[in-house]
Order: sequence, then structure tokens, then C-alpha cells
Amino acid sequence: MPALSLGESLFLASVLFSVGLAGVLVRRNLVFMLMSLDIMLNATALLFVAAGARWHDASGQVMFLMILALAAVETAVGLAIILCLHARGRPTLDADTGNLLQG
Amino acid sequence: MAAPFLPLLVLCPLAASLIVFVSAGRLSARGVGWVACGGVGLGAFLSIVLAAGLVSGPQDGVVRANLWEWMHVTGFSADIAFMLDRLSLVMILVVTVVGLLIHVYAARYMAGDPGIARFFGCMTLFVAAMLVLVLASDLLCLFIGWEGVGLCSYLLIGFWYDNPANTAAARKAFFMTRIGDTAMLCGLLLLATVTGTLRIGSVLAATMAGQVPQPALAAAAVFVLVGALAKSAQIPFQTWLPDAMAGPTPTSALIHAATMVTAGVYLLARLHVLFAAVPAVMALVAVIGTLTLLMAACTALVQSDLKRILAWSTISQLGYMFLALGCGAWQAALFHLMTHAFFKALLFLAAGALIMRVDHEQDIFRMGGLRRTLPGITAAFVAGASALAGLPLVTAGFYSKEMILSGVWHARLELTPHIIVSGRIMWGMGLLGAFLTTLYIFRCVFIVFFGDAKTAVTSRTPGLMAVPLACLSFLSVFGGVIEMPDTIAPVHLFTALLSPGAPPSPAHEPAWLVLAGAVVPLGGLAVAWVLWGRVSPIMREMPGQAAIIRLARTGRGMDVLYDRLLVQPLRLLVWLAHIRKDLLDTVAARTVMMTREGSRLLAWVQNGRVRWYAAWVAGGLCAAFAAVMLS
Repeated sequence: MPALSLGESLFLASVLFSVGLAGVLVRRNLVFMLMSLDIMLNATALLFVAAGARWHDASGQVMFLMILALAAVETAVGLAIILCLHARGRPTLDADTGNLLQG
Repeated sequence: MAAPFLPLLVLCPLAASLIVFVSAGRLSARGVGWVACGGVGLGAFLSIVLAAGLVSGPQDGVVRANLWEWMHVTGFSADIAFMLDRLSLVMILVVTVVGLLIHVYAARYMAGDPGIARFFGCMTLFVAAMLVLVLASDLLCLFIGWEGVGLCSYLLIGFWYDNPANTAAARKAFFMTRIGDTAMLCGLLLLATVTGTLRIGSVLAATMAGQVPQPALAAAAVFVLVGALAKSAQIPFQTWLPDAMAGPTPTSALIHAATMVTAGVYLLARLHVLFAAVPAVMALVAVIGTLTLLMAACTALVQSDLKRILAWSTISQLGYMFLALGCGAWQAALFHLMTHAFFKALLFLAAGALIMRVDHEQDIFRMGGLRRTLPGITAAFVAGASALAGLPLVTAGFYSKEMILSGVWHARLELTPHIIVSGRIMWGMGLLGAFLTTLYIFRCVFIVFFGDAKTAVTSRTPGLMAVPLACLSFLSVFGGVIEMPDTIAPVHLFTALLSPGAPPSPAHEPAWLVLAGAVVPLGGLAVAWVLWGRVSPIMREMPGQAAIIRLARTGRGMDVLYDRLLVQPLRLLVWLAHIRKDLLDTVAARTVMMTREGSRLLAWVQNGRVRWYAAWVAGGLCAAFAAVMLS
């Protein structure tokens, strides 16, 4: 199986990242936004793996494992927040209904 | 050896002022009084130590303390440097000793005032600024003190700021002296340009060596003179001083006796070499002094407010000093400055105690017969009044006025090389001024203390206020014996102090000169007794309301003139600027508009929506990438 060249993996990573970013910006559903965030994280992880393969360095793979852990934590916390919101009597997943972040 | 004492001397009242200001509200009124009196008292102690050191030292001994170099550019340098010579020695003694007595008095006088911390902070700062002024050996350093006393007088005249009239008086004093300050700054810059330095010694040396072109010298002298005239409230700047009575009475005493108004006299005495090089300006000083002397004495004669009589009297006495300075008798001017500090402080403090006892009544026509109920204050006031009038032999004012008159008698005023006025004309005017002085101050004495009682007397004069009155009474009576005319006794301690080693002036004044100076005040006293002292009911009433009397009493002629000539045209200009949009207005308005719109834009960015924030982050990222790629 032919290995991907660095340029090809960079291209794939940026496409994945753009798709994820577009998902975060366009979707209003909080669950979909979390999934899009994960896609963005995967794009960066892919970049690390590709860079590690290019320079024959194991640090890329190590960083991939850390990102994997981070993504799991982020999803867990995000879902916990959504569940908390539901428990507080706010039965919606629409991100635009919340605007209490302004100062 | 004594050099470190000089900065310390300034530091004492300055530190007291800072402590009082910073601790506002935490120190009790008594504590504030202690700190302020302590600071000034320490200053007085140090000046006496310095005086002892200087007098016992070599004859031309000068104590110098160079603190630091303020600025140094090509062709010009200025230092923060203090210098104590015989001239500044007399001044620091007057400032600290008289200032201390006034502070002690004020500690009791102001005890019930809620703003006592602010009051004493300003008072001690006033003393500190005055000490900087008299000790500075560099004209630029002197200017710091010069502005300092202006600021403190503004703060103190407007001390009771909840009355708009008081703040108006404070503003007026500040603006009028500011005009003089601007002129003085022009003079200093001119001197710095032509001599390359502002060290007093170097400037005077350059003047004496004839290195300065005459027109520049004359212009500089005129500019400096205008500054001194404004500070000392001489014609045409006299209108601010009577209004300055709006401040508390101890403030008036401090301004009139020890600090503010004496600054002009001190400056001219300090630069007398410079003025001597320009005879026409000297003559101008003498003429202005004479005019002020007569005008102010006439105005004081028709006043009915006790403090205003004293204010006009100060202007008149300062006229004497300017007359002496213009005639080259600067030692006489300084001697009169000293005795005047004694008796004018005494008169103000006695008037303050008096006004306190008669329930804040200031109109002399509503008082009367107070000598029976207030014997102590009467004695103090009469001592001050006698010294002011210069009653012969037993008052300090007699000797200093005598010294001025004999100095003026010998003077020659060179208006131009061809027009030379003999000093004898000025001498006659000075004598007339002495007569008027006796008349107005004993008019005041007879109306207030003699005749029928018209007011009830309340409370008692506190002991703390009586002590300074007693000290100043003593000084007013006996303070003049250190310098006597030869005709009476050859005592010349004061001139020996000022210029040690110099031979006594060879000019012998005829004996009848002294006699005239002695008889004229006595004559004035007799006339005052006939007019107001005996029971002559007409003169004891309020004077009429004829236009000319009203004009003289309010002294408003100048005010109206200034209002028409300067204030109204300026108001018109301001009004014109308002209705027309000019460039500066446009720039200012646009700046305001841009700031406001920018803030609105930034506020809109922060809308609280998560997805917008994410979009901003993404946009910023794109912009950063674009910047990296394109650069």
C-alpha cells in the first residue's frame, strides 16, 4: 500500500479541518458542533502523524495519543454540559438560544 | 558645614504639609495644629541656627547647597541650588518666625473648621514655597517658589469654596498674578538668552561687567518688574489684594506679612544691581511706588470693612517699599519689609480676634467702644496701628519709614538722561502718604475702640491666640531699634547685618528731616482725633453714598475698566468661536465621534453567541495566515 506523501496528507488535513470548522460555524445543534470539533482535532492529529513520518520522529505519534485523549475528554465534558442543561430545564440543543456570554 | 541645613529648612514645612495632607481626616484638629506648627517651628529654629552661624562667620560668608542639576543643554544650564546670604537670611527669619506665630494663632482660630487639615496643608506649603523662593540661587529655581506661592494663595483665598464669591476672589488673585508671572517668565528667558545662565550671581556679574546690551537689559528689567508688581499688588495690578480678604484671617496675615506680597520686593532687592544698570526703570519703580502709596492710602481712608482697610494699607506700605527700591535704598525697603511683617501680622491677627469676639461683624461703623470690653485686643491693635503710622521713637514703623524717607531725600531719579527728578518731590509725597496712613488707621482705631458700644461681645480670646499677639506687639514696638537715624543714635545693626564691612552712608541728613518724619504722623494722629476721636456724631456715621465716595470705597474703577477692556472682548471672542465652526473645534469633534463609533463597533463584536465567537477566531486565524503568507 503506497504511503501518502507529505503534501497529500497536508491537503487531506486542511480539508478535514475546513469541514470541521464549517460544521462548528454552520450547525446550530450542540451535538453536531461537538462532532465537528472532533473532526478538527482529528485533522490536527493527522498532521502530527504525517510530520512524525516525514522526519522519522516518534514525537508525532505521542502527540497523536495525547490528542486522542484530549478529544475523548472534550467530548465527555461537552456531553456532560448538555446533560446538565437538560437537567436544569433547558430542553434544547440550539446554540443560538444562549447568549449569556456577553460581558 | 551649615550647607545641609538649607534643604532641611525647606523640607521641614514641606514634610509637615505632606503629613497633614495625607493624613486628612485621620489626625485630630489638635494633631494637625501640632504637626503644622512643629514643621514651621523647626524651620524657625533652623533659620535662627543658620543666622547665628552666618553672623559669627566671615563677613562675606555665603552658605551654598547645590542639590542637583536640573537641566543642561548647550549654552544653558539650570540648577536646583540654594544660597543663603545676608539678604535671604533676613527673609527666612521673617518668613519662619512670623509664619510660626501666625500658625500658632491659626491652630486655635481654625480649630472648629472641618477643613482644618486642608487649611494647614496649604499654609505650610505656602511657607515652604516662600522659603524656596528666597533661598534659590538660580532664577529658574526661584520661579518654582514664585509659582508655588501663587498656587497656595489661590487655594487659601478660596478656602471656603462653597461661597461662589470666595472662589471668584481666588480666581481673580490667581489670574492677575499669573499675568505678572508670564511677564516674569519672558524676562527670565530674555536674561537666559543674553547671558546664557540664570544663576543669580552670574547674571548680576554679567550685568555689572556690561556684557549685556542695554536694550535687552531694559526689556528684561521691565518684564521682571511687571512680575513683581503683580505679586506685590502695585498699580495697575492692585485689585486682587482687597478681594483676597475672602480667605480666613490667618491666611490674610500670612499673605500680607510674611509671604506672597513680599516676594516682589524681595525679587527687586535681590536683583537691585540689574535695576541699577537701567536708571529709567528705577525711576519707573519709584513713580509706581509713590502712586500706589497715595492711591491706596486714599482708598483705605473711605473703607468701612476692617479687613479691607488693612488690605489697602498693605498695598500702600508696599508702595513705600517700591519707592525705596526705585531710589536705590533697597536696604531701607528690606527693613520696612521686616517691620511691616511684624505690625501687619499683628494688625490682621488682632482684627481676626476682634471679629471673632463681635460675632463676625466686619463693618467698623457697627462696632464702637470696644476698648472697655476688649482691653487686650485694643492694646495689641493700637500697638500695630502706631507702628503702621510710624509714631516717633516707640514704634518699629517709625525707624523703617525714617530710613526710607532719608534714602528717598538723597535720590536722583533719571527718567531720561535729560529729565532728572529730584528725590525731594518723592520725599514730599512719601510724607503725605505717612500723614494719610496715620489718618486712616487711627480713624479705624477711634471708630472701633472709642465712642458708644454698638455690639455685644461674646466668648473669650483663647490663650493660644493671645501669645502670638503679645510677641508681635513686642516686635512692633521694639523691633525697629536695631537701626536708627544718626540724629537720634548711631545704631546701624540692620545695615551692618545686610552689608557687613561697608562704611555707614556718608550722606548726613539734616536733623529737621527726621523731625519732619516724626511730626507728620503726630499731626495725622491729632487730626484723626479731632475728626473721629472726639464725640462728633457726623463722622462716626457711615459715609454718604455719593458716586465719588462709592467709587473710592469699592476701588471698583479699575475692576470696571478691566472688565470692559479685557474680559468683555475675550467673552465676545469665545462667543464668536462658539457660533462659528473652526478647525480646532472640528478636529476635536471628529476625535470624539471616532472614539464613540469605535466603541460601538467593539461592543457589537461582543454579542454573547458562541458561533460568532468561533467565527471571529477563525477569521483572525485566516487574517494571521494571510499576513504571514503575503509578507
